Amino acid sequence: MSGSDSTSRRALVALGRDPLAVTGGVVLVLLVVAGLAGSWLAPAGINEVDVDRMLQPPSWAHPFGTDELGRDVLSRVLVAARVSLQVGAVSVGIALLAGVTLGLFAGYYQGWLDNVLMRCMDVLFAFPVLLLAVAIVAVLGPGLSTAMVAIGVVYTPIFARVTRAGVLSVREQVFVRAAVATGASDLRIMRRHVLPNIAAPLIVQTSLSLAFAILSEAALSFLGLGVQPPEPAWGRMLYDGRGFVTDAWWLGFFPGAAIFLTVLAFNLVGDALRDVLDPRQLTVSEARRNAG
Amino acid sequence: MTGESGATDVVAGLTDLAVWFPTPAGVVRAVDGVSLTVRRGETVGLVGESGSGKSTTGLALLRLVEPTAGTVQVAGQDVTRWSRRRLRRLRRRVAMVFQDPQASLDPRHTVGASIAEPLAVHRLAASGAARRDRVAELLDLVGLRRDLAERHPHELSGGQRQRVGIARALAGEPDLIVLDEPIASLDLSVQAQIMNLLRGLQRELGLTYLFIAHDLAAVEHMSDRVAVMYLGRIVESGTPAQIWREPAHPYTAALLSAVPVADPPVQRSRQRIILAGEVPSPIDPPTGCRFRTRCPQARPDCAQTDPVLVEIGSGHEAACLFAGEAVRAMRAQPVNASSP
Repeated sequence: MSGSDSTSRRALVALGRDPLAVTGGVVLVLLVVAGLAGSWLAPAGINEVDVDRMLQPPSWAHPFGTDELGRDVLSRVLVAARVSLQVGAVSVGIALLAGVTLGLFAGYYQGWLDNVLMRCMDVLFAFPVLLLAVAIVAVLGPGLSTAMVAIGVVYTPIFARVTRAGVLSVREQVFVRAAVATGASDLRIMRRHVLPNIAAPLIVQTSLSLAFAILSEAALSFLGLGVQPPEPAWGRMLYDGRGFVTDAWWLGFFPGAAIFLTVLAFNLVGDALRDVLDPRQLTVSEARRNAG
Repeated sequence: MTGESGATDVVAGLTDLAVWFPTPAGVVRAVDGVSLTVRRGETVGLVGESGSGKSTTGLALLRLVEPTAGTVQVAGQDVTRWSRRRLRRLRRRVAMVFQDPQASLDPRHTVGASIAEPLAVHRLAASGAARRDRVAELLDLVGLRRDLAERHPHELSGGQRQRVGIARALAGEPDLIVLDEPIASLDLSVQAQIMNLLRGLQRELGLTYLFIAHDLAAVEHMSDRVAVMYLGRIVESGTPAQIWREPAHPYTAALLSAVPVADPPVQRSRQRIILAGEVPSPIDPPTGCRFRTRCPQARPDCAQTDPVLVEIGSGHEAACLFAGEAVRAMRAQPVNASSP
């Protein structure tokens, strides 16, 4: 988007003035650092079992304590950041690619194509997020990659709708007609004129969806349908820790806090982005309600 | 490339063109039987009130609206049934300048990118460097600084934006440029500059224009031939001299009398023909002559017979059963402009 220099610069300046957005941004940077260098930063190996140190509360040696197998919880939380980031990026990537493509064609060509595509999206949209994700994982089999595909499919309709709504207004603009008048092809018009002009709501939707995707992965892992042990994942750790809530609160607390902070950070940044780029979009709570 | 008046080869033409739009209220007959030819190097002016179908007629030449009936010819070829793919080639031959230059330029594209769009679409530049050179050349042509290529539309003035729109239209070296109210949304002082630019470019490059406007003075100034439209039809056509000096259709006479004269005594003393009522709905046009419901000289025959364009002088045509006579009668028995 060569044409959006001034817009994006203005947006960045406005974001920098928003303390909540800056806080969210800092958390996200830390998360990315943890995701990239988690296993290097981790004080202990994630699968270093030490039965002599089972279920130790937080201490200087183990700031987040140890689990029922004596593994260092801090190390596992750090390493699991990579999984969360990966799930977020891949599943939202799938949803973005599929949703934008479908919404673009539906909104641009309208007519029966629009009807068929958007009714399919409505059907997907009608399912509660987790139910649909669980159903897809049940068909494809549990595991990290199927969880990512499932979450991607679940979030596709949101992107299709946001894209289609944008396309419907942009395609009525005179500059689109002017592009048609120069002889530009439909694909060229979609790529060069329509997409850049609907980028703002899509960027907002992407940042918000990253939060929901990470949350969904945690839920799937909690249900045992996502990341498989002994690979660490926040949702899975939460699940494993649930039996020790009264005896060893730190097993559930730290992975839960990691999920909470990550989702909060994405939502803060997403909300701020929306305020800056696209004031007409839904708020997070509205989007969550719609997402079921 | 001056003195094109002798050239007679037809660049584009419409034959019995009809463009109807279905709406919930009924079928809107935006254009309903228009024939028009544009010859190389000339400017044909198309005037009429809003809703007369003049813009739709212009859009039809690029096949930006679907003809309901009739044919569209460009460069000797009937393009009425051309496929979408072939139409893209047609749109190199016929270019368009839009009324609102702000709305017709993509806000996310630089001026250079907008001007280069036809070059990219029709692969007219061999390399990025060739494209930049051509854009610079086009900016020179329309009187804009070359460094404006890096700017975005919102950084330009209205007149500059319209120059960009003109440069974009020139980029593909079209045979015909449809100018759809190119000055209507500009400041008065800028209007003159843009008209002079368009005339200068025409002289320099031998361009052919279809100039669509409701501003009669602009049309007179720009055009070699003029067609007056009313409710989807051409009611009169001829040279500006013929039409301004001896309008033959009552509608033309009324339209001309509405233009103020920059001479107060003349303006005060001259006759004004005030038309009664509103333009009828193009969903349900009047029977017979479409203008009869507002014509001060309407007679019983006018409700019966739908008048066709008849030559009343060399190249001067009017679609009125009482062409000439009605206007003379209007002028002899002036309609009382102030009567309630």
